[in-house]
Amino acid sequence: MAVLSFERKYRVRGGTLIGGDLFDFWVGPFYVGFFGVTTAFFAALGTALIIYGAAIGDTWNPWLINIAPPDISYGLKLAPLKEGGLWQIVTICAVGAFVSWALREVEICRKLGIGYHVPAAFGMAIFAYVTLVVFRPLLMGAWGYGFPYGIFPHLDWVSNTGYQYLHFHYNPAHMLAVSFFFTTTLALGLHGALVLSAVNPAKGETVKSPEYEDTFFRDLIGYSVGTLGIHRVGLLLAMNAGFWSAVCIIISGPFWSRGWPEWWTWWLNLPIWS
Amino acid sequence: MKTLNKLVAIALPALLLAGCELGSKEQEQVGFRGTAMVQISDPDSKAKVGDIPAPPYELTAEMIAGDRASTAYENVPVLGNVSVDEFNYLMQAMTTWIAPDGSNVKDAGCTYCHNPENMASDEKYTKVVARKMLLMTQNINANWKPHFAGQGADQENAGVTCWTCHRGNPVPVNNWSSAVPDPSTITGNKRGGNTPAQTVAYASLNSDPFTDYLAGKETIRVGGKEFPTAASKAAIQSTEKTYGLMMHMSQGLGVNCTFCHNSNNFAKWEDSRPQRVNAWYGIRMVRDTNNNYISALGDVWPANGKGAYGNRRGPHGDPLKVNCATCHQGVNKPLGGYKMLKDYPALKGAAPVAAPAPVVAATPAPAETAAAAEAVKPAA
Repeated sequence: MAVLSFERKYRVRGGTLIGGDLFDFWVGPFYVGFFGVTTAFFAALGTALIIYGAAIGDTWNPWLINIAPPDISYGLKLAPLKEGGLWQIVTICAVGAFVSWALREVEICRKLGIGYHVPAAFGMAIFAYVTLVVFRPLLMGAWGYGFPYGIFPHLDWVSNTGYQYLHFHYNPAHMLAVSFFFTTTLALGLHGALVLSAVNPAKGETVKSPEYEDTFFRDLIGYSVGTLGIHRVGLLLAMNAGFWSAVCIIISGPFWSRGWPEWWTWWLNLPIWS
Repeated sequence: MKTLNKLVAIALPALLLAGCELGSKEQEQVGFRGTAMVQISDPDSKAKVGDIPAPPYELTAEMIAGDRASTAYENVPVLGNVSVDEFNYLMQAMTTWIAPDGSNVKDAGCTYCHNPENMASDEKYTKVVARKMLLMTQNINANWKPHFAGQGADQENAGVTCWTCHRGNPVPVNNWSSAVPDPSTITGNKRGGNTPAQTVAYASLNSDPFTDYLAGKETIRVGGKEFPTAASKAAIQSTEKTYGLMMHMSQGLGVNCTFCHNSNNFAKWEDSRPQRVNAWYGIRMVRDTNNNYISALGDVWPANGKGAYGNRRGPHGDPLKVNCATCHQGVNKPLGGYKMLKDYPALKGAAPVAAPAPVVAATPAPAETAAAAEAVKPAA
């Protein structure tokens, strides 16, 4: 892949967190850096271990391959490789790869002198994952609470974990998370449509300025959050979706053991009306 | 404004944490690792097994072998075949279990059921009920063993006594009666649910799942064996009602859905835990108990406001009946699995009883599904 004429301008040295100039180079369009190397290492090792796990497992059916965490009885100890130890190493690789990727984003931000919004947003996704496979197991006292790596197996885990609390839709943080996820898609849908409506006109029409976009929403709902503001809204909604997802699972088990509908009895029992 | 923000910042997390169960949880893995089939309970909020009253005195073999009660007492059709000593022993225990002396129950002690002038008299309705309840207890112990002693568990002395449900109360604390129908007006019609009912563990599901499933014989099988088609019968309403019953069962036993089911496929017996078979028998045992014993007493139950000891019927006029929580009381093995029946052989019901034999005893659940699976196979 050829480097575009203006790209050289941005390919500046420095800004690395670790490794100084050692990995400060590009491979094709990709910036490498120390964290590029660690990302590649963890991702390759983790993927290889998943393939190994599939090889020693029951099936090669890609839907059913299952790399399961250890039994609860192992607590927070290491488990034998074929009894969940593989899951533990894959988890280390996954966290290593995800965090490396985020730090590589940080280094690129530093090179460009821009804010850390992208790594912060990706960090929220990592936070949600780590909550599932590290923080909640730590609080419950067993790695066995992590979700298995596999397409159907992880869905079964989600289902059974929900039914451990009889009716998960009553989990207040789950309600918030779901609302934020849907609102994120709504906001992205509106934003994408609005931008296209203005800057992708029919043949023969002229491209319209952002004032048109603002005016559309002022006419529609009396207010436009603005061209910059809509991105703040989007980031806020998306990060909240990830955040409340993490909260909804961290409270299930460590802070609540009964059915989620029953949790709301605190409201029914408020001294105002009970 | 700043003060208000601070106040909210302090009060909100405090309020949220107040609804929490802090501290470590009891955990029991019940499925393959990673399937999240785990029972999690909080030791502080978990239902306690409670004290179990000791027998009145030691019942010796000599006492059991003594003269029959029918030779000493009149009007003892159910217990006439036990010895006089065992009869008196059981009467004393029943008093402790149901209307204990010194409790605030009206006429506590023998007089709760008996006219002290004439112990043989059936003039008190409570005595007629007690006789039926003895037959019920014997029926449960003799004919419903698969409910509480399945899967190779020790059958010896497994079963119930009056205490299992009553716990020192004339009416077991956990009972149900049919819901009063909603008004047909737009306002106030909650469509049978939409209210945080204790009966369905505070969900908004239909709040009376009992009338259809624990007295009626409504089928619980809403999960189809194949992908739904236009011919599929289960409506969302029956799915929700089933869900409501399952909420009750979970709460009544202090367990979650994965105690019996792998939610990967709720209907599939092969992936379910053996406890689901116990539950299958349990549902039928409860129906038998409600229909053939409690409701069968008919007008023996006084109309509300007419009885000497308070109301024995619900707002709809049907008698107070049993559900899973009546015996279980939040514990998956009532009384923690303590085999209380060993001290009360007269309740075992080995003696011929007048109760109708349950028809389901001959068709265990898994066999039934195997047969059903056979039936859907296309003819070769």
